[in-house]
Amino acid sequence: MTMNNQGRPTQAGNIETAELATISGDRGLDHEEALIFELGRAGMTGVDIPDAPVSDSRLGGQRRKGEVGLPGLSEPEVVRHYVRLSRMNYAIDAGLYPLGSCTMKHNPRLNEKMARLPGFADVHPLQPESTVQGALALVSELMGWLTALTGMPAVAMSPKAGAHGELCGMLAIKAALDARGEKRTRVLVPESAHGTNPATAAFAGFTVDEIPAKGDGHVDADALRAKLGPDAAAIMLTNPNTCGLFERRIIEIADAVHEAGAYFYCDGANFNAIAGRVRPGDLGIDAMHINLHKTFSTPHGGGGPGAGPVVLSERLAPFAPLPLLVHDANGFRMIEDRAGLPDRLKPFGRMCAFHGQMGMFVRALSYMLSHGADGIRQASEDAVLSANYILASLKDVMSAPFEGPCMHEALFDDTFLEGTGVTTLDFAKAMIDEGYHPMTMYFPLVVHGAMLIEPTESESKESLDRFIRVLRMMALEAKRGETARFENAPRYAPRRRLDETAAARKPILRFKPKPLAQAAE
Amino acid sequence: MRYLPLTDTDRRHMLARIGARDIDALFRDVPKAAIVGRDAFDLPDTKGELEVERILSRMAAKDVAAGAVPFFCGAGAYRHHVPAAVDHLIQRSEFLTSYTPYQPEIAQGTLQYLFEFQTQVALLTGMDVANASLYDGSTATAEAVLMAQRITRRPKAILSGGLHPHYAETVETVANLSGKVVRASVTPGRAEDIASLIDDQTACVVVQSPDVFGLIRDLKPIAEAAHARGALLIAVVTEIVSLGLIEPPGAMGADIVAAEGQSIGNGLNFGGPYVGLFATREKFLRQMPGRLAGETVDASGKRGFVLTLSTREQHIRREKATSNICTNSGLCCLAFTIHLSLLGEEGLSRLARTNHVRASALADRLSKIDGVSLVTPAFFNEFTLKLPKSAAEIVEKLADENIIAGVPASRLMPHDPAVRDHLIVAATETTTDEDCAAFADGLSEAVA
Repeated sequence: MTMNNQGRPTQAGNIETAELATISGDRGLDHEEALIFELGRAGMTGVDIPDAPVSDSRLGGQRRKGEVGLPGLSEPEVVRHYVRLSRMNYAIDAGLYPLGSCTMKHNPRLNEKMARLPGFADVHPLQPESTVQGALALVSELMGWLTALTGMPAVAMSPKAGAHGELCGMLAIKAALDARGEKRTRVLVPESAHGTNPATAAFAGFTVDEIPAKGDGHVDADALRAKLGPDAAAIMLTNPNTCGLFERRIIEIADAVHEAGAYFYCDGANFNAIAGRVRPGDLGIDAMHINLHKTFSTPHGGGGPGAGPVVLSERLAPFAPLPLLVHDANGFRMIEDRAGLPDRLKPFGRMCAFHGQMGMFVRALSYMLSHGADGIRQASEDAVLSANYILASLKDVMSAPFEGPCMHEALFDDTFLEGTGVTTLDFAKAMIDEGYHPMTMYFPLVVHGAMLIEPTESESKESLDRFIRVLRMMALEAKRGETARFENAPRYAPRRRLDETAAARKPILRFKPKPLAQAAE
Repeated sequence: MRYLPLTDTDRRHMLARIGARDIDALFRDVPKAAIVGRDAFDLPDTKGELEVERILSRMAAKDVAAGAVPFFCGAGAYRHHVPAAVDHLIQRSEFLTSYTPYQPEIAQGTLQYLFEFQTQVALLTGMDVANASLYDGSTATAEAVLMAQRITRRPKAILSGGLHPHYAETVETVANLSGKVVRASVTPGRAEDIASLIDDQTACVVVQSPDVFGLIRDLKPIAEAAHARGALLIAVVTEIVSLGLIEPPGAMGADIVAAEGQSIGNGLNFGGPYVGLFATREKFLRQMPGRLAGETVDASGKRGFVLTLSTREQHIRREKATSNICTNSGLCCLAFTIHLSLLGEEGLSRLARTNHVRASALADRLSKIDGVSLVTPAFFNEFTLKLPKSAAEIVEKLADENIIAGVPASRLMPHDPAVRDHLIVAATETTTDEDCAAFADGLSEAVA
């Protein structure tokens, strides 16, 4: 008797490999998903709230006249919609995410749990200070870690992201110059800098003067010295720099800057390379923001929120923005106003409402307590080791513009693709088909067709080896003229290459219902 | 260390491949004098999850959580009920642990919700276009003022006295750099005559409604006065749920809307992270700060979304960018978008009505207390009371009885003796009848 195989587990038989269009347009686990505005129906809601009729007597004649135009959906429909959308995203939790200068490290879930403790998540920024002593203690503790790790005496906690921290630092510098009665207008920025640096300097009312990089990827210290002068307010330097190198002459640069009467702003985006090993305060830095969402693992969340506390030198500390956190006999207290401050304190203003990104502070402190000073040091070492391992394993088939060792990111240019017809963009997009998020491409601007790889400390050696093997094979194929996989990649992502030119030429930035005649077609 | 996958053997093999003697060799560009050892840091060593949880839980336990007591604080941050599905969905790895969607082929999830978010914000505010968020309401307001200065090429910004003082200070910090900020003075519960301050140097008038005291303002005459002198109206909204019940700024002639979106989808979090909403008219699109998601098609003709018009932004334009902003409030936008999708037209409308009804009932009850009067005749879910003595003292006193009675106006305006006895009180759908009764009893005793 033969077994009835109907409804039994499937067996691997002869698999047809040709693509077959599906009837639904979906493909297995890959679902197409409409916009929320194309779903739902009038009157439906996913939140049960009893109706509450209102009179107009207290609305000042301003009652809303028309509908908002929102669709109505039940909870299961909304959950399915956003779960389906989530599945169209790459994420660190799903794979190596080698975006240079972004520090895509593991985001521990303990931190998420801690940030949701009601004593942190469900407290109001303006409730009586006597009822938020725990939250203020947490901010104070985090300030202690940040000043200890950077060797700087003070830190401003309110900036909401890296660029906001840069602005905070530059405004402190402006205030310090004002206090000295000096009007200095020029800020020196290396051409390899993140775009936020020149944008911030301009935002703060300075003019930007570019400093060239030298052939070895380091900033040209002599050119920099030559540009210093009585109108130079500050330099903004990233260290380790965006080529993945530690600026060898940094102490000498700091001395020259200070001798010229200017200030030294350091972009701390790459602090993950040196935390626990080098203290920026020992390098002569006056201000540096710390991206808690990079070095201290608060999740990037698809673009934010971040947090960008700024550590300040003795010379800039008096100008830190409001609010200020103090501790006295009655416990912790926020100073939210200039009045009554001792003369030496001259806050330049306020960066934002309330006191900063508390939710990010909790996560960052949870990370720090978990790692400890020894773990933070080990993390930096592993990040640097992993980047150098990638550099050493790929430099014979790809092209590294600068001699190693590098810090926590490995920079390649497109010399190895010369004559192949394959561009940095093609190479990056082909990585998507291999299951990887591309590296940062075309940045920094100082090398041609840049590919900046930052593996972070979160990858196992097996994971790094697999990544290296894939990139080596890709580079070798390209060089052999086997370019099929690079043409029109990616093929296996939720979308093929998207038309960005069309998007910019005729911007569609919101859903608009189709006119009736068209909808009927 | 549980987060670090490399073993010592791995590290040795990797150093061998690199050709480095030890890890120090990789740090050879660092000046010797700047390298420190473990002992340079007076900080503890690695801790297990259990221990970290214990330390942080002890800290958190020292606070009085809003949900644990009768609670009436507003003034720019509001306690609403966030459906459980919101927090669950935003913690999906694919949303939580992804970066800015610079590779659109594998970031359609983020890009599509940003497009939905932009649409929702435009609909709520009654404006043509919205961006994919700024940090919060206060920084959005500051960006709006700078944008108005760029558009009009005029220096002056006039801020209503009803604008949240933290917002006003945030604006002053950046808008005074190349312009001039003027703050109008106001009597709580009344609209100031702001039109008479507008001159031909005025770039914009900034008016919050409901204002910091809770008063609903009529923006129409201000928009007309501003436009007559070639200035723009920037409308600020700190309680976005209000737009489920009251006229949106877009219907009253606002040119830019800067708002705080925390109330939808996001908790109090002691002040952050929140989500800045920013919307404007189509004609000002290219002067907008921040990221924008736009619709397009892919090579196979399927609809898809990308970040667009990035020639306004710092990573392309550098010092000529419209703003230095890079990071936005991505995950907070997602929470906003999911919560608003759950609410829908009907849910939002009911939520807004419930808020107004609760606040009205509370205002009626409290203003019956001897010596207590209501100073805001029109409000949404927040109003201001005049008390017979210092509001700060009364708030402290009630806090001792575990009632968080609201925000004393003096906390925000310490230099204005006229508001010393003013208390800003908010009620939402989370406020119960028992909460109101406890507040009324406590307040009666405290003012007696």
